[in-house]
Amino acid sequence: MAQVFAYLVHNDGVLDDSAMELVVAAKAVGDDVTAIVTGSGIDAVADAAAQIFPKVIKVDDAALAYPNAEVVRKALVTIIPKGSVVLFANNTFAMDCAPGLSIKMDAAYVSDIIGLEADGTTLKTIRQEFGGEVNTHVDVDAADGAVVTLRPGTFAPDESKAAGGSVEAAAAGDMSAKRTFIEIVEPEAGDVDITKADLLVSIGRGIEEEDNIEIAHELAKAMGAGAEVSCSRPIVDAKWLEPSRQVGTSGCTVKPKVYMACGISGSFQHMGGIKGGFVIAINKNENAPIFQVANVGIVADILEFIPELTEALGDL
Amino acid sequence: MEILVCVKRVPDSAENEIEMNAEGNDIERDDLVFSVNEWDNYAVEEAIQIVDKVGGSVTVVTVGDDESDEVLRREMAMGAAKGILLNDDAFEGSDAKGVATILKGCVAKGNYDLVLTGAQADEGGAAVGGMLAAMLDYPYASLVNKVELGEGKLTVSREIEGGNQEMNSIDLPCVLSIQTGINEPRYVGIRGIRQVSGVEIPELSAADLGVDAATVGEAGVKAKKVDYFVPESGDGAEMLEGSDSEIIAKLIEILKANGGLQ
Ligand SMILES: Cc1cc2nc3c(=O)[nH]c(=O)nc-3n(C[C@H](O)[C@H](O)[C@H](O)COP(=O)(O)OP(=O)(O)OC[C@H]3O[C@@H](n4cnc5c(N)ncnc54)[C@H](O)[C@@H]3O)c2cc1C
Ligand SMILES: Nc1ncnc2c1ncn2[C@@H]1O[C@H](COP(=O)(O)O)[C@@H](O)[C@H]1O
Repeated sequence: MAQVFAYLVHNDGVLDDSAMELVVAAKAVGDDVTAIVTGSGIDAVADAAAQIFPKVIKVDDAALAYPNAEVVRKALVTIIPKGSVVLFANNTFAMDCAPGLSIKMDAAYVSDIIGLEADGTTLKTIRQEFGGEVNTHVDVDAADGAVVTLRPGTFAPDESKAAGGSVEAAAAGDMSAKRTFIEIVEPEAGDVDITKADLLVSIGRGIEEEDNIEIAHELAKAMGAGAEVSCSRPIVDAKWLEPSRQVGTSGCTVKPKVYMACGISGSFQHMGGIKGGFVIAINKNENAPIFQVANVGIVADILEFIPELTEALGDL
Repeated sequence: MEILVCVKRVPDSAENEIEMNAEGNDIERDDLVFSVNEWDNYAVEEAIQIVDKVGGSVTVVTVGDDESDEVLRREMAMGAAKGILLNDDAFEGSDAKGVATILKGCVAKGNYDLVLTGAQADEGGAAVGGMLAAMLDYPYASLVNKVELGEGKLTVSREIEGGNQEMNSIDLPCVLSIQTGINEPRYVGIRGIRQVSGVEIPELSAADLGVDAATVGEAGVKAKKVDYFVPESGDGAEMLEGSDSEIIAKLIEILKANGGLQ
């Protein structure tokens, strides 16, 4: 297999943990593995990367101070030889940068994979479709290179930090862009802080109507002071609950003692916001993907089940 | 502002339970209920709201087949003035790059200031918008959840991790992929669809678009789907069974044991 490159992200001068997983993925693809870090004043990040990767290319340029996908793409096209395999952790930066990079490199593209093996110049990958209800085997012809985004959690990370790698500086070339970064705006604090709750009654699209949300509030009330109502994204998109109640990669990260997912299918963007705790899933579809990851599952219609549970708790 | 919005006809996940076919190599495709990709309704709504503010018109386009007419009409009922169907046997089996190649041909035939796509569609690829922009050499922003109009440029907010918003200035013409929640897509009733039922929808082929048939369709696919399968459920959840009252009794024990009930 050709050379393999992994693009590493960092925040506030700290290398993202995904690097420790990307190195495992990169080695599954080929032997010649290099990490790329871009930014401004990134010596510490490059050194951290060299503990994980045998080789690191550092592109240090004021124009890269913020990872603007258009500018980073230009740098990557300059540095990476055609025909290489390029790995990203699947996150909002990869969604911004990777598809266009595949075009500029004239390489194959496969996104959000959850399995990866190399077989000659073919990458044997696994993807999910329909929110995880079914998987597909996807064979990628990487003879002319490939751009791959990897779902976090696909490989067990290599946390040894014993690579003792080398760092080499590279020049980025033309850094002009038709898109410019302005600033990051943080979310407004809401009335509730679901990150502090011991127990979350979390509702998804299965709640069906805005008026039905009341049954979740009643259940939370019956459960006591530590319980709050949270939700999946479609509930916030519909403006039925405020954004501060959304759990997931683009919402809050929560760590309650118990998480009750009611009428939630279990997409990875939702589950990505649940860090620990005992997960109980209630869903009317026995094949819902959430039953693969929950601790306890109940096949039921939440519109009937939740009021029954509330009533039973009232009788205690 | 002339705006092109790319829309896709997809199996409606709320209306279907996805199941494997008898051979166990594909999903059961008979009797699937189709609708417009959820993200694309937000993109069309955003385009309409922009045109309501500054004038111009919205065109919706899809790479599809004879049955895709219905999704174009639904979006026209929302307020898109024109629909275009890109349909050719050579397009069948296209992957994201193929679809972007075909759409590029359509963009080149118009005079659009802005091209919108959904952030992702049924297969979760989230690729077509970024590829199309790169092919056109237009700037691109993905996961856009706010658009403000400026002179020859837009200020857009991208939704990134943790509910943070990344604010960018982007030159026109550009391609944006639109994230859900950016607006509240208007309701479309049967009556609205009936009103646009007579509007003619031009159909363009590979030849009309100047697209080389060898670069699209199955011939152009580098990432080939081999088969579909149902994932092994790992450890899987312990399923509670019995009558409702038995299940509830067990659940209350579990809640107590895990500190969920004080
Ligand atoms: C970049 C990006 C970021 C995202 N960030 C997030 C995020 O932070 N948080 C998030 O949640 N999502 C996020 N999403 C969206 C995510 O991909 C899913 O679309 C979303 O999580 C689905 O929500 P859901 O499970 O409520 O709905 P669905 O997937 O529609 O599932 C509804 C479930 O309810 C069940 N059901 C229906 N009716 C009933 C009933 N009466 N009783 C019991 N069960 C019932 C169904 O069987 C189904 O399993 C993001 C997407 C993208 C692209
Ligand atoms: N067949 C198609 N016709 C028109 N637009 C499409 C098609 N497939 C995908 N798109 C657009 O690309 C977006 C992202 O889709 P995808 O890259 O397939 O996840 C969709 O929301 C549409 O806007």
